[in-house]
Amino acid sequence: MSAVEHRFGPYGGQYVPETLMPALEQLEQAWTAACADAGFQAELRDLLEHYVGRPTALYHAARLSGLAGHPVYLKREDLLHTGAHKINNAVGQALLARRMGKTRVIAETGAGQHGVAAATACALLDLRCVVYMGTEDMRRQRPNVDRMGLLGAEVVGVEAGARTLKEAVSEAIRDWVANVEDTHYIIGSAVGPAPYPAIVRDLQRVIGDEAREQVLAAAGRLPARVIACVGGGSNAIGLFAGFLDDAEVELIGVEAAGEGIASGRHGAPLSVGGPPGVLHGALEAVMQDGEGQIVEAHSISAGLDYPGSGPQHAHLRDSGRARYEAVEDTDALAAFARLSRLEGIIPALEPAHAIAWVLAHPGSELDLVCLSGRGDKDLAEALALLDDTL
Amino acid sequence: MSEANGIERIAEAFESSARESRAALMPYLMGGFPDLARSQEIGAACIEGGADVIELGLPFSDPLADGPVIHAAGTAALRAGATFAGVLEIAAALAPRIPVIVMAYANSLFVRGVGAAAGALAEAGACGLIVPDLPHEEAGELRGACDARGLALVPLVAPTTPAERLAEIGAHARGFLYTVSVTGTTGERERPADALVEVIARARSSTAVPVAVGFGIGSPAAAADAARAGADGVIVGSRLVRAATDAQAQGASEAAVVRALVRELRAALDVAGAATPVVPR
Ligand SMILES: Cc1ncc(COP(=O)(O)O)c(C=O)c1O
Repeated sequence: MSAVEHRFGPYGGQYVPETLMPALEQLEQAWTAACADAGFQAELRDLLEHYVGRPTALYHAARLSGLAGHPVYLKREDLLHTGAHKINNAVGQALLARRMGKTRVIAETGAGQHGVAAATACALLDLRCVVYMGTEDMRRQRPNVDRMGLLGAEVVGVEAGARTLKEAVSEAIRDWVANVEDTHYIIGSAVGPAPYPAIVRDLQRVIGDEAREQVLAAAGRLPARVIACVGGGSNAIGLFAGFLDDAEVELIGVEAAGEGIASGRHGAPLSVGGPPGVLHGALEAVMQDGEGQIVEAHSISAGLDYPGSGPQHAHLRDSGRARYEAVEDTDALAAFARLSRLEGIIPALEPAHAIAWVLAHPGSELDLVCLSGRGDKDLAEALALLDDTL
Repeated sequence: MSEANGIERIAEAFESSARESRAALMPYLMGGFPDLARSQEIGAACIEGGADVIELGLPFSDPLADGPVIHAAGTAALRAGATFAGVLEIAAALAPRIPVIVMAYANSLFVRGVGAAAGALAEAGACGLIVPDLPHEEAGELRGACDARGLALVPLVAPTTPAERLAEIGAHARGFLYTVSVTGTTGERERPADALVEVIARARSSTAVPVAVGFGIGSPAAAADAARAGADGVIVGSRLVRAATDAQAQGASEAAVVRALVRELRAALDVAGAATPVVPR
């Protein structure tokens, strides 16, 4: 295992208060050691198989394919325990927390999926768990708030700013600054200061590694396009990682265009492509104004409602290896309803963006889409909005 | 004084308070809170109250090193229209009377380019810069840009900073070594005075520049404790920002309230006496 990346091209780095620097160093050492430790790897593999539910199916969605006009395969991360890909990372990092002797875990959450995953992993490993969540997200993802409580985690509502994911991450980092000695911060996406983006990618790359093998077995070929939604970018980087070396496979990240890019109310920093900035410890693609103030994102899906994105994505974009496009709230909502009726799969609103992109871009030979999570958490919010648009 | 560069002016401020056998008083104020004009008055009030150096915060949308009081003041300042240029106007107005050190988050500087940002700060007469989310590993380019203009890039060290790292940071410090007294964000906290002795001794043994203590100092008594524990300078932030916030809420004069509190802090430092060199136990 080579050294853990701190930079992806110019992006990444460690823009955090000095108080945290020793903890990041400790984390990097623990991760490097864990990667080389057969015992750790075996325990992680065992949990992923018997507890988390891996490997997940790769499903040839025949009716969706009919509508798209080309074969579409869904990587079914929605079938995992707790209902989204977030658990891959949460279980791995919780094992790492225990290995470092930390007794307390903190996490942030937007959609609540990462919070639930962290709370679950902490229940399993008997770690104290505190989850920061914007109060607006607590409102729109109520079922997940209740699940976290039942799992024994303490959910702390964050009132600052737009009361969504950005502020939840900031509050989690502030908690970490104050409690770094006994606390591990399980960040929920491929963002944050090094070594987090690399660790989260490596814990999520199981998505891409499995999918590559499965698609070769099922279709006898590699996909023409590999597509995933991008909030912070963890399910996307995990899927992309399996195909990075296959130059003929197009990698497409789908961000939230919210109410439209032109409205400014979106969550699409990679697609918009302004100057990079520092958010939550990394230099990356961000939404900011001319003063360098980070601006609020907007998306119908709490998990994509974030003005930053993982540093490796900005590098993949600049190098031309991946491209990033954005899908508006209304199209994601339509795809949410569509997939439910067509395939009997209710997707989370986040991957509904990826489904919408596929439907809007026919003409592929074979698409592989990460269905990163299931939509139970979104029912109340989506049904109310669907009623409005009917 | 006009020929001295920023680094030299900061050194003079510490020398002059040391000559008076006391620690330097270094109040923090949030630039643009509650608005630009009144924040400049608060800065002037700090000078009148007996400050030796002023720390002027540039508000940022996502201040990871700040607790709720400074965070809220920054949010209010931004809402009132604070900008980089506006805060530099305050710096320019105060700088002829006192060394001003700007505290800014990295993105506020990167968005302009570190060279241009350092240039603008020097132009405004600022003496130094503190960037709480720019650790040693990331600071090289900005330090170069600051050095070229005689600006002090003041690094922070924390209680969690291990010895080797402390030595490395201390060796690159300019102006003073900002010694964070608590593991946490900015905010008032009780801290036993004897724990400070060790934090300060550790910092001092790593650097040739003065050692200033900040984060958590919430009262004249705590400021005096820090001075007696050996600090060359005492930074008071959240307590003063809270005073300004409360005054604003009550419709009182922020400047008057801050002036009175700075006087009390200064009196406590005058009585506490010289920073006696402390030998680590
Ligand atoms: C189901 C689902 N998909 C995607 C995301 C977006 O995160 P990321 O871009 O890290 O995969 C979330 C985040 O909450 C989610 O819950």
